[in-house]
Amino acid sequence: MATDPDNRFDGPDARGHFGPYGGMFVPETLMHPLQELRQAYERYRSDPQFLAELNADLRDYVGRPSPIYHAERWSRELGGAQIFLKREDLNHTGAHKINNTIGQALLARRMGKTRIIAETGAGQHGVATATVAARLGLQCVVYMGEVDLARQEANVFRMRLLGAEVVAVKSGSRTLKDALNEAMRDWVTNVDDTFYIIGTVAGPHPYPAMVRDFQTVIGREARTQMLERTGRLPDALVACVGGGSNAIGLFHPFLHDPEVALYGVEAAGDGLATGHHAAPLTAGRPGVLHGNRTYLMEDDDGQIIETHSVSAGLDYPGVGPEHAWLKDLGRAVYDAVTDDEALAAFHALTRIEGIIPALESSHALAYAAKLAPTMARDRSILINLSGRGDKDMHTVASRQGVKL
Amino acid sequence: MSRIPGMFAALKAEGRTALIPFVTAGDPNPEVTVPLMHAMVAAGADLLELGVPFSDPIADGPVIQRATERALAHHVSLRQVLDMVRTFRQTNATTPVVLMGYLNPIEVMGYAGFAAQASAAGVDGALVVDVPPEEGADLVAALRAQGLDLVYLLAPTSTADRIEAIAQVASGFVYYVSVKGVTGAGHLDVAEVAQRLVPIRERISLPLGVGFGIKDPQTAAAVARVADAVIVGSAIVSRMEQLAEDPQAIPGVIGAYLGTLRSAIDQR
Repeated sequence: MATDPDNRFDGPDARGHFGPYGGMFVPETLMHPLQELRQAYERYRSDPQFLAELNADLRDYVGRPSPIYHAERWSRELGGAQIFLKREDLNHTGAHKINNTIGQALLARRMGKTRIIAETGAGQHGVATATVAARLGLQCVVYMGEVDLARQEANVFRMRLLGAEVVAVKSGSRTLKDALNEAMRDWVTNVDDTFYIIGTVAGPHPYPAMVRDFQTVIGREARTQMLERTGRLPDALVACVGGGSNAIGLFHPFLHDPEVALYGVEAAGDGLATGHHAAPLTAGRPGVLHGNRTYLMEDDDGQIIETHSVSAGLDYPGVGPEHAWLKDLGRAVYDAVTDDEALAAFHALTRIEGIIPALESSHALAYAAKLAPTMARDRSILINLSGRGDKDMHTVASRQGVKL
Repeated sequence: MSRIPGMFAALKAEGRTALIPFVTAGDPNPEVTVPLMHAMVAAGADLLELGVPFSDPIADGPVIQRATERALAHHVSLRQVLDMVRTFRQTNATTPVVLMGYLNPIEVMGYAGFAAQASAAGVDGALVVDVPPEEGADLVAALRAQGLDLVYLLAPTSTADRIEAIAQVASGFVYYVSVKGVTGAGHLDVAEVAQRLVPIRERISLPLGVGFGIKDPQTAAAVARVADAVIVGSAIVSRMEQLAEDPQAIPGVIGAYLGTLRSAIDQR
């Protein structure tokens, strides 16, 4: 596994394809703006001044590098591999999302765009976008499904405090996918002055590659940190996958290290057998949605079906095209854990390590908790702790019958 | 074989501009669509654009989004739409029908399977909103093998390079989206559209249809002076929405409305 003589891990190609996945499946009106974005991104990604500004912001504003933490008590309890956490939860705004919004907002400013739009599910990407828009003095509109708006009230309030306009999306299933639809419609209408900051590694080219590149700071840091700490690379990486930005950000710098196993964890919701889940890689099939070809949750007519997960950030019927490709290549393994398993891991980390994880990240923790006992004690697993759980207090409390 | 080139050639010989109405198949229920198609032809429609409902219509404004949701509530999908065209063809062998929608339902059916079934049902072409020429080669090949046209969009943001690229692959006609935005959006500026069509005509010899933002007979007539086809969608669909509780009235009301557009266009 994982030797790569044909450079299959080095996608996308010039037209944005990862094998059969990815691409630019958008209405004609967006093709020229996407071309402009690609040109701007290609210019600035190697521009020393842009990179210096980005890196200074990641250090001074986000608080990078984020540490890795050896969860010794939890490792002992699980009785197998040593578990390390990449602490993206300690970033400004509480998740990995800001690594990407900082990058895209700096790009937007260089392109002369004055208005920022974004979609959000759990609200983390919306908050991270509103935050950088506030800092750069850019107008900001965030689209959010009505259902998500109700279950993430605190984040909605945070976005409004930061000066963003939060628009409730009432079409379709009124969740993340519909917020993305609405943001695309806004962009088609306001292409001249508007920059669309997509929050994950999905969407049309160049977004999957661009968002990945901004998020690979996670994996690059983690690689150095693990080598410093343990003298070698981790044996396994585990990350949750909704759209898949935190996972690809961690995985990508390790793709050419065949000794490092990669595990992406989707949301099995009530269980894969119930159909109430959000696990396109594990239980879906390839199709085209939101500008790219990838694994989707769809019915026999090609209609996108509603997803379910306790975590709003994983509640999405598609997944980044690079994950689809890594699955087909066998370079990464994708599996799913249920709401109940994620909650059990949420409580375990909270009680044993004193770290309250986001429900999204709890899916990665739950999978690692199953993986660790199958590995020897001198082995190591690095989990991307992609966000903190403060935003999930209401969800966790209500599942326990507690009213806050 | 596609009926589209013959239709445009006949109109050109008469010095007339085509009227192309769009409705979402299955809106507000599946029984309405075929009688409505016949009523639109009787009222002067030259080609029918039939929207294939898709759960995530990113290029559509609220009017057509709601029409899509009404149709999906009746589980109308691509297969049912092909059945409707088959039924329509039992009594109309001449009016071209173009399916307009998004790629994913076609992906599920498979390009070759879709092309074969569409051709057998009597479809003449497809306009797949989220397939630009960069992604369309396989679909074009599959449709062409069955004698079907793939209609492409051009937009105000399309550069000369993109117009060239579309000229290479488009067939039937080319649909110029007159405003930046979603269906049903904004106000069309006829002078601006006329100006935009000049460089397009230099590169594309196919008939040019203009749509988005045509809501009244005056605008339809003005567009008819510069385009080969006037495409009207949301203005029809919003009238249908008002009659969603009284669906048997729809063919009559929509036929009458198209009649006003038809006479305005013919007096261009």
